[in-house]
Amino acid sequence: MINTETLPATDAAAAASQPASLFAALARQRVAATVLVLLTLPWILPNQSLAVNILIYGLYAAGFNLLFGYMGMLSFGHAAFLGLGSYTAGILIAHAGVAWWLAIALAIAASALLALVMGLLAIRTRGIYFAMVTLALSQCVYFLVYQFPLSGGENGLRGVNVPTIALPGLSLDLLDPTVKYYAFLVVVALTLAGLSRVLASPFGAVIEAVRENEMRTRACGFQVEHTKLMAFIMSGAICGLAGALNAIHLSSVAIESLHYETSGLVVMMCLLGGMGTFFGPFVGAALFLLIQDLFSQWTEHWQLYVGLIFMAFVLFFPKGVWGTILEKFHGR
Amino acid sequence: MEGITLELVGLQLFTGLALGAVYVLLAVGLSLIFGMLTIVNFAHGAFFMVGAYAGYAIYQVLPNFWLCLVAVPLAVALLGMASERLLVRPLYGRGIDYPLLLTYGLAYVMVELVRIGFGKQGLPVDTPALLQGSSDILVGQFPTYRLFVIGVTVLVLGGLWLFIERTSFGLIVRAGARDPQIVRILGVDVGKVWLIVFGLGTGIAGLAGFLSAPMQGISPEMGGSVLTVAFVVTVVGGMGSLVGAIVAGILVGVVESLAVLFFPEAAKVSMFVIMAVVLLVRPQGLFGRAGLMS
Amino acid sequence: MNKHFTLACCTALLLSPLAQAQNGGPIRIGLPVPLTGPYGAEAKDQVRNAELAVAEFNEAGGLNGRKAELLVRDDKLNPGEAATRALELIEKEHVNFIVGGLSAATQLAVNNLTRQRKVLYISISQSDAINEAADFSRYTFHESLNPHMTTQAVGNFVFRKGMRIAFLTADYAYGQEMARGFRRVAADKGAIVVGEIKHPLGAADYSTFLPRLQAMKPDVLVFNNFGRDNQVSIKQAGDFGMKKTIKFVTPVLTYTARTSAGAQVYDGVVGGSAYYWSMADGTPSASAFNARYGKANGGALPSDYGSMAYSAVKSLLMAVKAAGSSDTEKVVDALAALRYDTYKGAQYYRACDHQSVQSVLVLQSVAVPARPADIFRVLATAPASEAALRSCAELGHGAAPAAVAAAK
Repeated sequence: MINTETLPATDAAAAASQPASLFAALARQRVAATVLVLLTLPWILPNQSLAVNILIYGLYAAGFNLLFGYMGMLSFGHAAFLGLGSYTAGILIAHAGVAWWLAIALAIAASALLALVMGLLAIRTRGIYFAMVTLALSQCVYFLVYQFPLSGGENGLRGVNVPTIALPGLSLDLLDPTVKYYAFLVVVALTLAGLSRVLASPFGAVIEAVRENEMRTRACGFQVEHTKLMAFIMSGAICGLAGALNAIHLSSVAIESLHYETSGLVVMMCLLGGMGTFFGPFVGAALFLLIQDLFSQWTEHWQLYVGLIFMAFVLFFPKGVWGTILEKFHGR
Repeated sequence: MEGITLELVGLQLFTGLALGAVYVLLAVGLSLIFGMLTIVNFAHGAFFMVGAYAGYAIYQVLPNFWLCLVAVPLAVALLGMASERLLVRPLYGRGIDYPLLLTYGLAYVMVELVRIGFGKQGLPVDTPALLQGSSDILVGQFPTYRLFVIGVTVLVLGGLWLFIERTSFGLIVRAGARDPQIVRILGVDVGKVWLIVFGLGTGIAGLAGFLSAPMQGISPEMGGSVLTVAFVVTVVGGMGSLVGAIVAGILVGVVESLAVLFFPEAAKVSMFVIMAVVLLVRPQGLFGRAGLMS
Repeated sequence: MNKHFTLACCTALLLSPLAQAQNGGPIRIGLPVPLTGPYGAEAKDQVRNAELAVAEFNEAGGLNGRKAELLVRDDKLNPGEAATRALELIEKEHVNFIVGGLSAATQLAVNNLTRQRKVLYISISQSDAINEAADFSRYTFHESLNPHMTTQAVGNFVFRKGMRIAFLTADYAYGQEMARGFRRVAADKGAIVVGEIKHPLGAADYSTFLPRLQAMKPDVLVFNNFGRDNQVSIKQAGDFGMKKTIKFVTPVLTYTARTSAGAQVYDGVVGGSAYYWSMADGTPSASAFNARYGKANGGALPSDYGSMAYSAVKSLLMAVKAAGSSDTEKVVDALAALRYDTYKGAQYYRACDHQSVQSVLVLQSVAVPARPADIFRVLATAPASEAALRSCAELGHGAAPAAVAAAK
């Protein structure tokens, strides 16, 4: 992550290049920069559903990144938040006729609540045990939702139909993919703005301190457990929002969204993009989805190539695409 | 519940043992690798699957079940050692997450390669003629082959115990599990140790896959579902503890079997509940070392 | 490309008095099928069969010279991916129609989108859910057999009064649908259901369930599961020695499952199917289908799954021809009214739920085939009849199909 305060204000640095100062400027306005790039997606991608998927999975990865990249806690259970967000919004819209905005809000609340519960149970473990506990707990959520009658079980939940969004003075037709994309982008942009504020705040600094050296942070008097829990809840809430948007985007929710493979997916995206960077999650989501899309058109064995590319990144570009780019231009 | 007799429970217990045997083999391998290398091998399920397919392939050339029984673990161990040397070794020191992520990707690649080589659908595997049919085990008729699997597992565990407790190499493994850094400081060629341990762990996984094949057939996806169980067992037992792996493997196998009898809907979740409970009460697992961290 | 081009087009169309939505240009049919994953082989065969149907249509001149075009997509057996592909096909590729889906979840996800956007969708997945009122729409058609039909056919053939029947059911929608169907037939025939054991989907080990089933002392054991579960459970039940005293029955016998698990495992097992190549003896359309498929595919024989894709696409194009246009509303009406015989005898779509009423085969797997292709033996053929379907009322459909037609 770019921390502009640590940029040395020397001649060497000034001469060190235009790109460095460009990146510094972008870093200060990272939300705007991200949104600017995202604005162009529908025009440069092969199809617009893919663009919406990138938005949604990018948000999912951003929420995960808060915990993994910034806080250093590898969770293998984040599908639970994505899935619960999807199912909550989905069931409310399909079965209870709730308005879209309320359904989304309740989905976020549900995911946050789940994160609170899971967090309380998981935070006391660290490292690989944390990963395993989150995996186990999310599998429990998977089975619980599977059995829940309204979820549709194996068949999935259908009927999450939000054809139009009625705002005062404006009616948005969500059946139009372009309109849908920009409507979702507004939501994502607002979330990113909030996330950026959190990360730039003292709380954000504590989060990164915990990642760098937990014992020292604790010794400095910070409430590490409390911080971890807050971060976990925030992360869950963001992923829940991504899930709710996904339900509306596809008009359905698949039980696979709760499976641990979906948890593994977001880990891969974060790594590909660059953990602990602001823009990285979106780069990772875009990269992964594009590779998957392109490769699956050429060959049915696309998983081989995705796996190989992922392994190559782990071995040679652990900072991910965006992380490596930042590193090059920032010399960190 | 009608029809639940003592004989049935007894049969179900044996079934749990047979189920647990495979879990134990997998968990032991995972625990060995974690204990010595501090690596979580997400490709362990893939090695299990490769063992099953290796058995199938080697059998075409060498149609003798007993020879395959020896050849398969060796073949898979070789593959494991190659993976360790070429892929995992470069990542050492970068933090616990990277080898984990690498093995996650490796699993994808291995599964797809098997699909390309052997097709997507899965292949039939017959039980060896000598072991077909069922035997009377007092509580009822029980498939002979499953008794065989339990037997082989006991033998393998026995051999492993001998190896770890009675050989100098085993001494290094034990020391390394207790304190990897000291072992290095003492001048042991850790690279060679890692190589062998990784090979040993994956070889045992391959053996488990080979043994499972006649029971459930083989398919490229068979590693995925079994991996979750292997993790649960390893974590419940305590990562790095072999005794823990054995105890937890049997526990999970038996509980799952009995749950099917009494609470069928909860059978699949039962192992996760066990895991969650154990980790909350004793975060390092039943036999794990306290403080075994990130 | 997108926004301005679409705007211009729409304007032009609106202004043109002769404007019809998609007249002129190829007739585009989207085909999302699971090319990746365990059913890749079935999906590939579905693609080959669909291509055959399209080729036949084009060779016969198409629709006044307009050719049909197939757009194949991989839905990866994942409903979310299937939905994304459906969106891509509709929004970017502007397909006229969609045919596809192998798993129940993927067909339902696709159907949910197509009916919202008023796109004609023919499902080739075996599942009851799509016929029910909640998922149905005027634009939804179901070419495949559904579980109820297969259970009625198989049950009618196998069950006798006083027979003891046990179920091993996969605990998910498909398994439950099968069990329900078999229970109904059992009740009709006076057979006794002595017990049912449910197993979780994807269970690798059935050893915990089989002793209990054995203890029930059934005459018939019905395996209400599919795919790998079916292969593994039948194999293990055989290993337990149960085949000696108990007859093994399963709702659906598929060619790929039988090949995958082997002759010994499936030996003697009775199950249902939509199609088996030996139907050629006695059904001219089957014979013609076998011949054409063989010619296009180097002498191979069509499979059960693949042939459903053939029939779906062929009947769709027949409806297009009958309607004289690719306009969705007209084709829907034509398809709903169509009487067709594409590959196995007379078929038509029932009015209330657009389920294709068709014959069902009862097959038995053969251990030692006379010829490599003779893996099954046809025991009986249940004729096409609405009696084999669940009633419209039971599916939640109101008095008239028109009442349910409104896409939600």
